[in-house]
Amino acid sequence: MSMTDPNQPTPTLSPRLAQWGMGILTGWRNGGAWCVALIKGPSNNLPLVPSENIAGRALVTVIAIMTFLAALTAVSAQMIASAATEWQMSVATEMTIQVRPVAGRNIDQDVSRIVNLASGFKGIREVKPYSKQESEKLLEPWLGSGLSFDVLPIPRLIVLKIEEGSLVDSAGLRKAITDQWRHATLDDHRVWIARLAAMARSVVAVAVALVGLVMVATALAVAFATRGAMAGNRSIMEALHFVGATDAFIAREFERHFLILGLKGGALGGFLALVFFGAAHLFASAWLGSPGGEQMETLFGSFAIGYSGYLAVVMVAIAVAFLTALVSRITVTRTLGTLT
Amino acid sequence: MVRFENVGLRYGMGPEILKDLSFTIAPQSFQFLTGPSGAGKTTLLRLILMSLKPTRGLISLFGSDVSQIAPDALTAVRRRMGVVFQDFRLLDHLTTFENVALPLRVQGQDEARYRSEVIELLRWVGLGDKIDAIPPILSGGEKQRAAIARALIAKPDLLLADEPTGNVDPSMAQRLLRLFVEMNRMGTAVVIATHDIGLMNQFDDARRLVLGDGRLHVYD
Repeated sequence: MSMTDPNQPTPTLSPRLAQWGMGILTGWRNGGAWCVALIKGPSNNLPLVPSENIAGRALVTVIAIMTFLAALTAVSAQMIASAATEWQMSVATEMTIQVRPVAGRNIDQDVSRIVNLASGFKGIREVKPYSKQESEKLLEPWLGSGLSFDVLPIPRLIVLKIEEGSLVDSAGLRKAITDQWRHATLDDHRVWIARLAAMARSVVAVAVALVGLVMVATALAVAFATRGAMAGNRSIMEALHFVGATDAFIAREFERHFLILGLKGGALGGFLALVFFGAAHLFASAWLGSPGGEQMETLFGSFAIGYSGYLAVVMVAIAVAFLTALVSRITVTRTLGTLT
Repeated sequence: MVRFENVGLRYGMGPEILKDLSFTIAPQSFQFLTGPSGAGKTTLLRLILMSLKPTRGLISLFGSDVSQIAPDALTAVRRRMGVVFQDFRLLDHLTTFENVALPLRVQGQDEARYRSEVIELLRWVGLGDKIDAIPPILSGGEKQRAAIARALIAKPDLLLADEPTGNVDPSMAQRLLRLFVEMNRMGTAVVIATHDIGLMNQFDDARRLVLGDGRLHVYD
């Protein structure tokens, strides 16, 4: 049964949008067909470049190792960046006011007034002052229990919880506090957040550089392997030339050969990376009860790479395979140009 | 079709190994290129194939000066020539069928179109039962016949064969010569490099190009 109301006008795409959509569909179809044709070759005949040899297997191993390293770097960076974002978000939902004890002032009264002032500020969800006993308890891990803190000038803390999605005028609050209580300071954790953001950016930048280096190393290995394959198959290239093959045809044959090697190596390296992260996840889950495990979880989450992680591994493997094919094609074309 | 004018060739700073070669090869002509071993027969064929450049003189192929042919146009010129190499140059990992079909495959032709033609030619050269065999398990004579079939399959305008009967028995040599003559009748110009006097005597009408001391003597 049709769900379309016959009285409703048929929705139409604007000609420009339709053209754009058709362009994408055609590109996708052509791209897919090109990939299939490149791997399969023009017919069901055997490939003109011999597919199995020791150098080919060595290159598959090199590509697999490179893919594994690149995937490991990319996914680790992604996990650290996402953990850093979570830290930033949790830190950014709190602010702290510190009230130092000053001779001649009643600190409990000052804390109470500051709590009243902060509670009236827009975006503050909750204000929690730490009592004297609670503040002293915070120092116990360092100074031990059973001590009298009366002689120590221990500051008092007030924790402000911020409403989700709200922007608090921290500069205004700071001014309002310090104008009346010069011995009180407001910490909005801006320095921490800036450091975390810088750390996350640095980790991502280093990861991008490492993936780039791995790709360059892969490209160089493929270029040398291509030259080796060309030297080893020189008689085949000459025979192909003399039976009327164009340089583009010969380059395509080598490209097909190396794309298959790249796909094999990329798939193997990607699979190993997934196995590694799966094992790390299982190990972290089993270790969760221990103090070390809890710290690891606080830092990096549950070690689950999620859909984006799987996607990153697949993308790295595909990128390595196509980089292999591209580099071999460029190398063959340049070498054939010199021979001609 | 092929025109040499005062062509000379030397390797590096060494002496000239081919001197002042001037001759033409006409369309649909048949000639033997002969001379003692080391006289330069293979080198002369490589000059025609454009795999060597002369150090002097002019070579013209199919009406075009070879030195003026753009790299992109070389393939089109090579596709008009069929070559039988002395060392066969078959692709060891391909079957006999695929080796023979190679000139058609590199032109992008569909296998369905040429399959029967390739099999018929393979039968003609006596390799009907070796279609799926790979070169390493073929004898020298069988490899030679496969190389000849590969050179002929695309019906070239010019066939260059370097010692094409060197590894076959006299009856097969005669059969292959008949194949070359048949191709020549169908319009292909043939150049057979050989020092097999018996083979040349079987086809007395053929023109003879004799290389000696780097010079060429033509006997029409």
